[in-house]
Amino acid sequence: MTSGDPHLRPTTEDQVRDAVAWAAVEKTPLEIVGHGSKRAIGRPMQTAETLSLADLNGLTLYEPDELVLAAWAGTPLVEIEKVLAENNQRFEFEPMDYGPLLGEEPGRGTIGGMLAANLAGPRRLKAGAARDHVLGIRCVTGRGEIVKSGGRVVKNVTGYDLSKGLAGSWGTLAVLTEVTMKVLPRAQTEATSVLFGLTDSDATAAMSLAMGSSGEVASAAHLPESVKGRFIDGQLPRAATVLRLEGFGPSVDYRFERLAQLLAPFGPTERLDDAQSRQLWQEVRDVKPFADGTMRPVWRVSVAPMEGHALVAALRLKAGIDAFYDWQGGLVWLRMEAGADAVGLRQAIRAVGGGHATLVRAAPELRRSVDVFQPQPGPLAALSARLKAEFDPIGILNPGRMAALKAPEPA
Amino acid sequence: MLKMPEPDADVLARRKSIVADLRDIVPGEGVVDATSEMRAFETDALTAYRQMPLVVVLPETVEQVSRVLRYCHKNGIRVVPRGSGTSLSGGALPLADAVLLVMSRFNRVLDIDYANRAVVVQPGVTNLGITHAVQDEGFYYAPDPSSQIACSIGGNIAENSGGVHSLKYGLTTNNVLGLEVVLINGDKVRLGGKHLDSEGYDLLALMTGSEGLLGVVTEVTVRILQKPETARAALIGFPTSETAGQCVADIIAAGIIPGGMEMMDRPAIHAAEDFVHADYPLDVEALLIVELDGPEAEVDFLLAEVEALALRNGATTIRVSKSEEERATFWAGRKAAFPSVGRISPDYLCMDGTIPRKELPRVLAGMRELSEIHGLRVANVFHAGDGNLHPLILYDANKPGELAAAEAFGADILRLCVKVGGVLTGEHGVGVEKRELMPEMFNEIDLDQQMRVKCAFDEKHLLNPGKVFPQLRRCAELGRMHIHAGAMPFPDIPRF
Ligand SMILES: Cc1cc2nc3c(=O)[nH]c(=O)nc-3n(C[C@H](O)[C@H](O)[C@H](O)COP(=O)(O)OP(=O)(O)OC[C@H]3O[C@@H](n4cnc5c(N)ncnc54)[C@H](O)[C@@H]3O)c2cc1C
Ligand SMILES: Cc1cc2nc3c(=O)[nH]c(=O)nc-3n(C[C@H](O)[C@H](O)[C@H](O)COP(=O)(O)OP(=O)(O)OC[C@H]3O[C@@H](n4cnc5c(N)ncnc54)[C@H](O)[C@@H]3O)c2cc1C
Repeated sequence: MTSGDPHLRPTTEDQVRDAVAWAAVEKTPLEIVGHGSKRAIGRPMQTAETLSLADLNGLTLYEPDELVLAAWAGTPLVEIEKVLAENNQRFEFEPMDYGPLLGEEPGRGTIGGMLAANLAGPRRLKAGAARDHVLGIRCVTGRGEIVKSGGRVVKNVTGYDLSKGLAGSWGTLAVLTEVTMKVLPRAQTEATSVLFGLTDSDATAAMSLAMGSSGEVASAAHLPESVKGRFIDGQLPRAATVLRLEGFGPSVDYRFERLAQLLAPFGPTERLDDAQSRQLWQEVRDVKPFADGTMRPVWRVSVAPMEGHALVAALRLKAGIDAFYDWQGGLVWLRMEAGADAVGLRQAIRAVGGGHATLVRAAPELRRSVDVFQPQPGPLAALSARLKAEFDPIGILNPGRMAALKAPEPA
Repeated sequence: MLKMPEPDADVLARRKSIVADLRDIVPGEGVVDATSEMRAFETDALTAYRQMPLVVVLPETVEQVSRVLRYCHKNGIRVVPRGSGTSLSGGALPLADAVLLVMSRFNRVLDIDYANRAVVVQPGVTNLGITHAVQDEGFYYAPDPSSQIACSIGGNIAENSGGVHSLKYGLTTNNVLGLEVVLINGDKVRLGGKHLDSEGYDLLALMTGSEGLLGVVTEVTVRILQKPETARAALIGFPTSETAGQCVADIIAAGIIPGGMEMMDRPAIHAAEDFVHADYPLDVEALLIVELDGPEAEVDFLLAEVEALALRNGATTIRVSKSEEERATFWAGRKAAFPSVGRISPDYLCMDGTIPRKELPRVLAGMRELSEIHGLRVANVFHAGDGNLHPLILYDANKPGELAAAEAFGADILRLCVKVGGVLTGEHGVGVEKRELMPEMFNEIDLDQQMRVKCAFDEKHLLNPGKVFPQLRRCAELGRMHIHAGAMPFPDIPRF
């Protein structure tokens, strides 16, 4: 859709409810957006109206001592992250900024969009994703009803965990109106341990050894020869296997030394200190090498950590690709030189034991013609469709956004 | 006694043929229908409630689980899943007309994958069994409910169990990578795996903590961690619970996330000391155990910080463990808190609510008042770091009216938790125990939406009915739309 489209811009939760209730009565599909920073992900949709949450914003609760923050869904993330930083806190799951990769401006996005997409950055391995940090939500279902779930405390098993259940649902089950998250203190310092010149398979072994140690490694990535020049202003001379250590100063120093001993069989370890380390991991997070201003297809692939490199090796035999690895090798960012080859990719994923591939960037024609999201086996797809129908019986919320979920027939 | 769903007379009447049919699916010793043998299953750890099941089935293969469920689905027979039966909320309480599906024969570790730090087990493996399987390589499974020696990982999934380590390492939901689940219609689905964050709806999140109402877990993949290099604990006594609570807040605010941070009040300290002789100070109102784990340098550094914060809050005793034995002694009293309270009272009821940490003094004061009102004593042990309280209400079941008084007291405590911004249950589940309190937290619309989730998985409400929800509504009824049809066009909503 273009920017000239009509946008419903509610400023209160009741207005969100009224808008959705109206759409339900009229059987009018709605596109749900925060800032729309990720509209280029997922399947293109045909919707008559756009419901924007951008004007439903502001913090509703922030108690740094209690490590909890709540905000209306349309609150800009940059604003939230600024307030958190002032209190020396952060979202531990370090969600990425898709702006650069998608050729849009950086720094856009709302907290509702963040949870709806359930993103997570390089710290995913140790700290989890957005889903692991959500404590409670309020939302409006496709039935036009305001529903709440969870609360503001960390330990809570009262009823089903709808808060986590809505994470990653891309606005197809309900419109989030308020989000309550756990926040954590920012690490005092960080450093990155670098091994140079490893092959993808040796790098995988090194990362596994490091993550399986007691060194509390927060993130592990491998940046092969083909992408190394596009990180930290070209200062990585060779393929780099990078391990992030965070915490109190003396602890980081100590762990760096221990890790260097452990990894000695893979070669000598070099160290990036705080500022450079932060820059590097932000660039890994935001997929800097492929933020190249093109629309060449980019896939985000999640497989078991030890299998990422095998997947890439298998794909290389068939097509021109460029790749690098986060999450100990389990998150593979793939840029295809030509077509998207969804079928070949998914076959290769099955061959390494299973996983998921999402097409996160591609020209619209391509996005329309392939399965953007991983297709699900029959019983799982049926269950997902039943769940969608229980939240949104008429199918008015982001219909068709998640390909596997066909909107049910109007009741 | 809470009312359970009316038994289906028709099912009761067909019992013989149902047992015979189930024997076809699960041969040998797998079907138990003799009263004497079923006795062992008539209650879980909420022993105030007892009920004989229709029949007990102990399947051995996923295929059998699938066939049993499909059979029950087709014939309208209710099913109650059960792991080790350590639920404290009556989650595994049988129903007179229901098959009790006991998963204890699913007790094998299927795959240990150190390189991916993932272990695949059957659901009947105990929580501690997972750690035992990997500890020779220095690994462990982090969530550690106090019942870990007995409770099954399947039960942990169903209850989203936590423990002392949850503060730093998360609950079950944060440590599960994948599940295989059999739905009531017999369909088998796989959620997640060794890879992270599968797209599609987060059914893994919905299953975790679903108390056996959505499906039967037949396989579990969890993440394992390398044991921290060292762990040391500080034992800190305070003159008031307020100062202890403030110390907890200060530790967290300083950016320190301990491996465990537990608190006990005076009655609990005294009961524990009498029982295990841990050399706890007896002249304090609150005792805090703070355990730091990680690299030695970090642990030493942070312990010094914790000591300083404790002193600033007026701590009257501070002892830091100098050896593994001493650390174990500090914990011995806390770990034995429940049984030691059991020694000073014929019976006790263990409650489980969570509150925002800063409300601790107010809630403790409230509990003292309630204790007078209900005429019963209460001892408190809790996971102080995450505000999860476990008040132990002391009573004597042989005295008429005391159980009812204890239950009323417990309900009042939980209402208080909700009032200050907390929740009804932090880790033990709603089960039958807290079912009637759900409306304290949720309105009818909230509860209806939760039941609709149930409908997506189990339209006929055959799996573990009578648990969690105060009233069951038919799915068809829940499916109707009642929209207050705002004629167009929301005059009040801005458009641009
Ligand atoms: C400093 C900075 C920090 C960032 N941090 C994050 C981050 O923490 N997490 C993150 O994911 N990205 C982050 N980004 C990247 C990007 O901006 C986000 O992905 C953003 O949160 C998406 O929000 P949006 O409002 O633009 O989403 P949109 O592109 O508008 O929506 C994304 C999806 O979510 C759905 N959706 C949006 N709002 C709602 C709602 N209220 N209820 C239901 N569904 C909804 C949409 O329908 C769509 O399917 C960050 C960017 C910057 C610059
Ligand atoms: C002394 C003691 C201390 C405890 N301490 C803690 C603690 O520190 N933290 C904590 O969280 N809990 C604690 N508990 C509660 C209890 O141990 C946990 O809830 C545990 O997870 C239950 O596991 P179980 O195998 O015994 O399950 P059961 O009691 O058999 O069942 C519990 C629930 O899980 C369902 N269920 C069981 N297996 C399956 C399956 N395979 N598929 C689907 N549903 C299933 C049942 O239907 C039921 O609803 C404690 C209990 C005791 C008695």
